[in-house]
Amino acid sequence: MRVDIDQVTVRGIITDITLHASNEVVGIVGPNGSGKSTTLRCVYRALKPDSGAVLIDGENVHKRQHIARDLAALSQESQVEFDFTVAEVVEMGRLPHERDSARDRRVVGEALDTVDVSHLAGRSFLSLSGGERQRVLIARAIAQEPQVLVLDEPTNHLDIRHQLEVLALARSLGITVLTVLHDLNLAASYCDRLHVLDEGRLVASGTPSEVLVPELIAKVFHVSAHVVRHPTTGVPQLLFDQEVTP
Amino acid sequence: MISKISALIGVLVVSIVAGVALGPVSVPFDVTAELLWEAIRGGTIPADLVGQYHIVWDIRLPRVLLAAVVGAGLSTVGVAIQAMVRNALADPYVLGISSGASVGATAVATLGVLSGLGVYALSVGAFVTGLGATALVYITARTSRGLTPLRLVLTGTALAYGFSAVAMLLVFQAPHGEAARAAMFWLLGSLGGASWTSLPIAAIATVLGIAYLMTRARQLNALAMGDETATTLGVGVNRFRTHLFIVTAGITGVLVAVSGAVGFVGLMLPHLTRMVVGADHRKVLPLAPLAGASFLVWVDVAARMLAAPEELPLGVITAAIGVPCFIFLMRRKTYVFGGR
Repeated sequence: MRVDIDQVTVRGIITDITLHASNEVVGIVGPNGSGKSTTLRCVYRALKPDSGAVLIDGENVHKRQHIARDLAALSQESQVEFDFTVAEVVEMGRLPHERDSARDRRVVGEALDTVDVSHLAGRSFLSLSGGERQRVLIARAIAQEPQVLVLDEPTNHLDIRHQLEVLALARSLGITVLTVLHDLNLAASYCDRLHVLDEGRLVASGTPSEVLVPELIAKVFHVSAHVVRHPTTGVPQLLFDQEVTP
Repeated sequence: MISKISALIGVLVVSIVAGVALGPVSVPFDVTAELLWEAIRGGTIPADLVGQYHIVWDIRLPRVLLAAVVGAGLSTVGVAIQAMVRNALADPYVLGISSGASVGATAVATLGVLSGLGVYALSVGAFVTGLGATALVYITARTSRGLTPLRLVLTGTALAYGFSAVAMLLVFQAPHGEAARAAMFWLLGSLGGASWTSLPIAAIATVLGIAYLMTRARQLNALAMGDETATTLGVGVNRFRTHLFIVTAGITGVLVAVSGAVGFVGLMLPHLTRMVVGADHRKVLPLAPLAGASFLVWVDVAARMLAAPEELPLGVITAAIGVPCFIFLMRRKTYVFGGR
């Protein structure tokens, strides 16, 4: 399914962002405060842009019927006070769909398995570690069986193994994934294309090899970096100098 | 789940029969049960039981049933409001209904407003100002981005102080101490006005409200996880919160009109229910009203019995039970909504 972010502006935060993703993993990177999460919030409808629009298969996300059947999101919202069990949280992913107990149970079970949290099903969500919670929320998004998955820093709180697993999982779904990532090397390894935001504007777009070049890293992130090739996969990876550039 | 529901229905039936049997003039439990059974199936009773039948059917039963309805309604509203504003301290009155209603009730009791309505004046006055106050909270809290939980709670709390001040002023300006006492008694909750005429409207409002909320249990779960999460799960958050606001205000307004502002039930019962079954509203919503109904039946029994022939306000008893319960809850280190 195709997602078009079309000239989206949120006053004071992002200006005229245009990008698209279609059955691929698209990464959005950029320094803190560059507008990455705001861009995603416009996609999953937490925010209405002041101008421009987000389209899914050509239809505005705010007008499309049953959009939650097609689009799932992992937001940064994390102030849950109600103590649901893990299974209850993942079951919420079935809310957008017509109720079908047998199917719901199967999908929830598979989602729990996929992110390796089946053993936590009966546990209280709030008693989990940050990384476990993150995986449960990803399971909920998967249980939603979306065609478009929006992830705001999905690797937050995860140990390295689970970071790799979550991103590999996102790729293996074969759907459109739009993700904000802080770790440029993970972004290079798992994204088909990258978009770089700086001060609310899109400053570069392309494949990881095209985008992740020392000049751009220096200009946007103010660090100097060397690009090397990953010895087995061949994707570009960055090594950083210790001092920051002015 | 089914076994828990049946158990609570059993407890409620026994509580209702016991609530009818107990009182200043005790009617034996088996006689009460028999009289109720004969009344329900339209049977006949011996002539020497007519006096007791009058006590059981005309005086006590409507009152006990109203206690059950009020307890069920307030507990359910408490569940919905706590999810709606995502605040553990929210109760049915957090949006200003009870303090608003107190303005109308005290005005009726002390100034003789609406005296043309006779015995219904207090209820009508309370209902009108209660809903008026909530409408004011709604309008004040509303922004172009909808109703946010924190704004709702803050606005409700702030305006409630204002309404309470007006009610207090009326009480202190009252020419007769008796009128002020009546107003105060009403504010703390009483089922003394229960009758077969006041019961149906309260029962209908409560049953319809509970039925609506039960069909929205999954949406309430999503809302409890946060507005953004609920949005991504397809819940129209602003619309849903407005509907919840109207439904909870409607039920609370009717209940306050028939029974005054009975405190603590709407705060405690949701938490107690979640402690047993967790936070899932699909489980909490069927159980909380049943538990709340039995609870308030027994509270009313205590209100009639403890200082007989005087009656204690319900709020005094719910507070006597509720405050220690609440402190116990808060002191449990891990308590959150539904922590087990």
